[in-house]
Amino acid sequence: MDSPKIIPAIEVAGLECGYGGAPVLKNVSFQVRRGEIFFVIGGSGCGKSTLLRHLVGLNEVTAGTVSFFGEPFTTADAEQRRVLLRTFGVLYQGGALWTSLTLRENIALPLEEYTPLARVEREEIVALKLAQVGLTGYGDYYPAEISGGMKKRAALARALALDPAIVFFDEPSAGLDPVTSRHLDDLIRHIRDTLGTTCVIVSHELASIYAIADRLIMLDKTAQGIIAEGVPRELARSTRDERVRDFLGRPENQP
Amino acid sequence: MSDSSTATAARVEARLEGDCLHVAVGGQWRITRNRPAWADVLAARTPARVRLEPAADLAAWDSSLVLFADEARRWCEGHDAYCDLTALPPAVTQLVTQIAGAQVGNVPPPRAAPNLLAWLGGLATDAWRRTHNNTEFVGECALGVLFVLRHPRKFRWRDCLGEMQQCGAKALPIVGLISFLVGVTLAYTGALVLRQVGGDIWLADLIGLAMVREMAAVMTAVVLAGRTGAAFAATLGNMKAGEEIDAFVTLGIRPVVFLVLPRVVALGLMTPLLALYANALGMIGGLVVAKQVLSIQPSAYWVEMLANVSLSDIATGMIKAVAFGLIVGLAGCLRGLQAERSAAGVGRAATSAVVTALLLLVVADAVFAVLFHILGL
Repeated sequence: MDSPKIIPAIEVAGLECGYGGAPVLKNVSFQVRRGEIFFVIGGSGCGKSTLLRHLVGLNEVTAGTVSFFGEPFTTADAEQRRVLLRTFGVLYQGGALWTSLTLRENIALPLEEYTPLARVEREEIVALKLAQVGLTGYGDYYPAEISGGMKKRAALARALALDPAIVFFDEPSAGLDPVTSRHLDDLIRHIRDTLGTTCVIVSHELASIYAIADRLIMLDKTAQGIIAEGVPRELARSTRDERVRDFLGRPENQP
Repeated sequence: MSDSSTATAARVEARLEGDCLHVAVGGQWRITRNRPAWADVLAARTPARVRLEPAADLAAWDSSLVLFADEARRWCEGHDAYCDLTALPPAVTQLVTQIAGAQVGNVPPPRAAPNLLAWLGGLATDAWRRTHNNTEFVGECALGVLFVLRHPRKFRWRDCLGEMQQCGAKALPIVGLISFLVGVTLAYTGALVLRQVGGDIWLADLIGLAMVREMAAVMTAVVLAGRTGAAFAATLGNMKAGEEIDAFVTLGIRPVVFLVLPRVVALGLMTPLLALYANALGMIGGLVVAKQVLSIQPSAYWVEMLANVSLSDIATGMIKAVAFGLIVGLAGCLRGLQAERSAAGVGRAATSAVVTALLLLVVADAVFAVLFHILGL
């Protein structure tokens, strides 16, 4: 007898997406397992961020489906979609913290919108989330008053506010120095290990890929889709595709 | 490629040996200085072979020498001559090859020539897209209002109060000054005619009715379009560029409820109050001119105005002011949310917000004029 099929956290099938004109990506299919740190890599302009924007529903896909835990997202009606939106959080490239609100208010807003928690309880959750990302005591700061790395961490705290099962990261290391970037990587791994959160990370930061990725897919501009899928080190060793080898580096050069 | 002020300028020596023109390049080749022209080097000769060589004093070179060598190469190509650049520094030869490559291969296909049909089609699809976006925005606002009516606690009163202070209290000086001056201008213009017919006192009616029915609401809205509408567009455009709007969308929070409604409600509430204040300042402006130029007593001015300006006149002005406030607020937020994700896009959004608001204000004013005429107000 077959063992019961484990439903993946994210299932993408035959996805085609673009911005009105010619499609940027065609026939993209992949699965992300629960609790996995999954990287989407590729050179500049290959459609990584485009894929992310379509996965989280910021742009409508032209064809194909995206499902979260078996629930179709792309074909869902407005109400189902609002429910599914709560299964994931997004960490945007620049953090995208609401500049007119303090960090505390930024994190509390999703809680105010979606939970029946009393004010005191919300404050406790906010304090917990700030502690999780190492920003205890910064609740009353405005986004403009903190550094780029702190903004990313505060944005991560906001993305984690509703304890989502999946967190999407758009270029988390962009604009960060190597040390801060490494701390962020540690934080992502810590969150996955402690909360079991599935992390989907769009990046081209080789150090992060080798440090924390469980699996990855690589997109290519010319192919308009996935050209490789697998575990980073194995892929770098076994691939015969010159583009993948060039990107992941020769095994002897790997960090 | 060091530079020195003592070095000689770029120089070329050409000598013909059989059918081969030997061109020795020497001196200092700098793109910022003049270089020898290839035509002068040739001096009307048509050699079958050209060989460029470095002279002993070739000191420093940059793109200037590359351009010269490329000129020689192109002449040779056009005249079936053989061009030998191998004696030049290898980097020069390499750069000349790159220039040649940049000229022929690996360039995007030329843009299609403008086609009238394609242009018209583009305009039509663009107009359709804009109409779709604008209708969608109005629809979202309507849904947002319904949502807030069902869940009044979700309305951001704190943001709304902040905006009321920004667009209301802080606009008092500029609205006051402009209304006062409008009153003064109207009074001077009115006095020109009224004096001729001996109807000086009617100036009070002219100023009163013009301010109350028309000018106060219009001038307040114009000031708010430039001051507040543009600010709304810039703020929301900036938020869009910083992915803050996306952050609302992926959290399932309606940006319209959170960002647009508090701003539009604030303007809808503040514009009539500012218009009332503008009425008062405009009348005072008229009164000052009436006293100074036409020697009308303030008490007479006041009594005459009260006799002719009714509450329904004030009501028409207030109705207009509310509508104008909503128009300015909606235009600012619409353009802000439609802004492109760049600094230039934010600037364009602010400009577009003002233009849209002014255009809609004039259209709405005309509609109100017809409507009030039909209703006998």
